[in-house]
Parts: sequence; structure tokens; C-alpha cells
Amino acid sequence: MRPAWSVLLLTTLIGAGQGLFLALFGAEVFGMGGSTLFVPGAAAALALLGAGLVASFFHLGRPERAWRSAAKWRTSWLSREVIVLPAFMAVVLAWGVAHKLGEPTLALGTAGVVLALALFVCTGMIYACLPFLQEWRTPLTIVNFALLGSASGLTAAAALAAWLHAPLARPFVAAALAVGALAYLGRLAALARNTRLRPKSTLATAIGVKHPRIVQIAQGAMGGSFNTREFFHRRPREAVRAVRWALLVLVFPVPALVLLSGKYSAPVLGAAFILQYAGLLAERWYFFAEAKHPQNLYYQAIA
Amino acid sequence: MTTKQLALVIDLNVCVGCHACVTSCKGWNNDGAAGPLSDQNPYGADPTGTFFNRVQTFEVGEFPNTETVHFPKSCLHCEDPPCVPVCPTGASYKRAEDGIVLVDYDKCIGCKYCSWACPYGAREVDQEQKVMKKCTLCVDRIYDPKLPEAERKPACVLACPTSARLFGDIHDPASDASRAIREQGGYALMPEWGTHPANHYLPRRKTEKRLHPDELERHDNPLKVDGLLPRPAPDEPALDDVTSW
Ligand code: SF4
Ligand code: SF4
Repeated sequence: MRPAWSVLLLTTLIGAGQGLFLALFGAEVFGMGGSTLFVPGAAAALALLGAGLVASFFHLGRPERAWRSAAKWRTSWLSREVIVLPAFMAVVLAWGVAHKLGEPTLALGTAGVVLALALFVCTGMIYACLPFLQEWRTPLTIVNFALLGSASGLTAAAALAAWLHAPLARPFVAAALAVGALAYLGRLAALARNTRLRPKSTLATAIGVKHPRIVQIAQGAMGGSFNTREFFHRRPREAVRAVRWALLVLVFPVPALVLLSGKYSAPVLGAAFILQYAGLLAERWYFFAEAKHPQNLYYQAIA
Repeated sequence: MTTKQLALVIDLNVCVGCHACVTSCKGWNNDGAAGPLSDQNPYGADPTGTFFNRVQTFEVGEFPNTETVHFPKSCLHCEDPPCVPVCPTGASYKRAEDGIVLVDYDKCIGCKYCSWACPYGAREVDQEQKVMKKCTLCVDRIYDPKLPEAERKPACVLACPTSARLFGDIHDPASDASRAIREQGGYALMPEWGTHPANHYLPRRKTEKRLHPDELERHDNPLKVDGLLPRPAPDEPALDDVTSW
């Protein structure tokens, strides 16, 4: 599949926003932190979520009709995401406002947790529900969206805490390391799984001729089509391998080294977040590039 | 299974890859009420455009024992279409009355999710209208009472010079389409995904003529006088020792 920037930004930004909220609410539950951290924290989470939402509009051919996409929540995970994301943003806003007014309630935060987790499930299921995109068709897709989002959110929370509420920086760093390690394991598991996948569809099933040797001679168009643009990343193999390395190094090992440096200052932890976020962009790019759509079987040769 | 399911049955044994179905489809649907099927750069170096139907060509086997298969590909109007439930707006839907899968161009937001959910690559975004498009089985033709009965068929079916395309209700066991599927080994594409495509394909088959002795003789012998041909006498001149002058 062709990785679209709008979708890469959407999924990574809202993941970090969800993770940041979960981290902040976690601190609140343990009775740590206060409105000096939670109010700007909620604002930062909203900024991440809002930026993701804005990015998603660039994916649409007809963004002015986006409101229609809430219609089919009974069948479509995309529709569910479209409903849960604004609902989650509203709750984060309310949670921040409640802290600003000095009247925090656990109920709001709990609703936020439920919606954050639901949003991870919706986002993951958009990809995991497609049976023939075998690379995505695994519970690991949802688990990794949730873990990677949470890890980046915890790193962001650590940076914010170092700036606004120093005593919390250390526990956030510890949590970011723990969740980051889990997320890394999950992602490695998905990579290992996908290298062993064997495509269920072949040219023989695609055109129904039971012969082991079939080659395409013509695809019915010589200047390309939607099918050649949307489903192929058309990057050289070396580039894909480079992104895979970037993902392997930047998603956890490098930010972990920075987190382990023992410097609990906002610039250092902020740098860790930026490195990790870059890793997540590489991770999401590879997630798309790696997925081989069966329709590609019909678009192997131009003429 | 009792409701109607309209579909195409495409005979790969007779398709000659002439693209008449492609051009007639483009022609009909370009002029339709739903607006043009846009092309970009049609006369330039990299022409591209939106099509409902494409004819592809495959080579099967190893030289010199190869066979060329021309393969027309369009939306298969799946009976269990994975593209429909994923659509967040309801723009993609399957009609209950005749099983045609359609896109409502006025509702579609162009999110492309349905194209990801079609394993056959049957959907294309129109670069100009920015909405998803796909074969409609000429829904604006097949019910048109102003057309003579015989012309109430998809444009591609009427255009095909070899009659490789049959159109009919595959839930009606007596339709030509159903009979062809049943009697000529009709099959579905990528059955592994459980989409149950309504369109079927008829396989290539060996075409050879076998002659049996009874086809050389007049089997029913209507005047009861057919017999062996008279042999020439041995001293008579003969062309081939069988026929006499
Ligand atoms: S062929 Fe593709 S677009 Fe057509 S109904 Fe089946 S899944 Fe949907
Ligand atoms: S591109 Fe249009 S028809 Fe397809 S899923 Fe999105 S809104 Fe539905």
C-alpha cells in the first residue's frame, strides 16, 4: 500500500495524544501531580489530537462532506473512529477545564480512559478488519497501535512533567521505558509474523487459470491508474529497508538511551519524544508499505 | 437466494481482447447523468483516467507452449461485498432488489477505504470529482423503458463482437447466465476471500472437432438406398483405385 502522509500523521499524532492523556490521568489516579501539570497537559493532548484530526481531512477527496462519515457506525470501524475521536477530545477538554476550575472528578477521567482505549481499538480495527490485507489481519495491529501510542504519550508526559512538575518526571520516564519496551516487543513480533506470511491469493486464483506459470502482458492502461497509484509505494527496496532500520532503532532503542541518560530536563526528554515520534512515523510508513494488497496481482506489468 | 442478482458472465474462451467493452463502457458512462468519467492528460505522455472496466492480458505457460488469455475485469457485484460495510457514509451500498453494488456520488467523501476493502481492485477514484467510482451494470440503461427490450443490457454486453459477455439474473436457474455458469464450468475470482462474486468467468476450453464414422455416413439413411460406393472393375481406369472415371 502507498503510505499517505495524512494517515501517517493522523494515526501517530492521535496515538500520542491518547497516550499523553492516559499518562496524565494515571498520575491523577495515583494522587500525583496537580493542575499545574494537568491543565497544560490536557491542552497538549488536545493539540496532538486536533493536529491528527486536521491531517485526516487531507486524506479525503471531499472534506466538506466529512460529517457524513458518522452515519454507518453499525458496520464501519472508520465511522466509529470518526465518532469516538471527537467524543474523546470533548472529554479531554472537559477534564482539563475541570482541573482548571479546581473541581476534578474521577468520572470524567474514567470516561476519557474508556474512550482512549476505544479509539485505539477503532483505529487498529480499520486496518485489522480487512481479511485480505494479511499483514494487518492480526490482533497485534491493535495491540501495537495502543502500546506505541501509549509509549510515545508517556515520553511526552515525562517531558511535560520535567518542565512543569519535576517530581513526576522520574515515574513517567520509568513508565515510558516499560511500555516502550513492551511496544517494541509487540512490533518485533508483528515484523517476524509478517516475514513468514504466504499470500493466499495468486495469479491463478486471481484470473482462475490453474497453471503455475502465468505472467501479465498488459493491464489495460499504459499511463497508470488509480490502482497503480494507491496500492504501490514504488520506492526502491533499499529505501524500504532504510525505513525498517529507522523504525527498529528510533521506535525504542534510541529514545530509551536518552530516557536512561538520567537527565530529567525538559529539553532532553523533549528530544526523546521527538526521536520516538520520528520512529513512529517510520513505523507507520513501513506498516503501509509492507502490506501487499491482492489487487496488485492485476497490476504487475504495463504492456 | 430467491431475490434477483444481476451479473455478467464472461467467456474467456471467446474473448479476443479487442477492448470494445472498455470503450463502449467509457462512452456510455462518460455521457451519463452521474457526470463524466474524467481523464487526465488524455493526449499527453502519461494519459490516465477512470474506467469501470479494463481488459488485461496474461500469458499462461512456458514458451512455446503458451496461451494468451484476455481478461476483462470490472466490479463483480459480490453477493457478500466487503467494500460495502466499511464505507463510513453509506455511499457504497448493495441494492436489495437486484444485487447491484453502487456508489452514491453525492454522499461519497472520497476516503478510499472501500477500495482498500475490494480484493479485486475494481474501484477507482475519479481524479476530477474526487469520489469513488465503479461499474454500475449500466443501471441507467437496463431498466430504461424508452429503449427497445433487446437493448436493456449493459453497454459492454451489447458491444462485445464475440458475445463473450452474458448478462442476467444468476439467481434465476433458467437464465442464460445461470445456465452458462452451470453447464460451462463458470467460476468466481479469488474464492478464498468469501466475497461470493456475482460475476462469473467461463474457462478456456479445448476446441477440436472429433469425427465419428456415423457422421461420415448418412446415419439415418432417409431413402433407404445409401450403401457402399460401387468399386470400379479391376480393368477400369481409376484415379485412386477407388473411384472410377
Ligand atoms: S468486486 Fe470489489 S467493488 Fe465490486 S462488489 Fe466485490 S468487493 Fe465490492
Ligand atoms: S470512498 Fe466513498 S464510497 Fe468509498 S468508503 Fe469512502 S465514502 Fe464510502
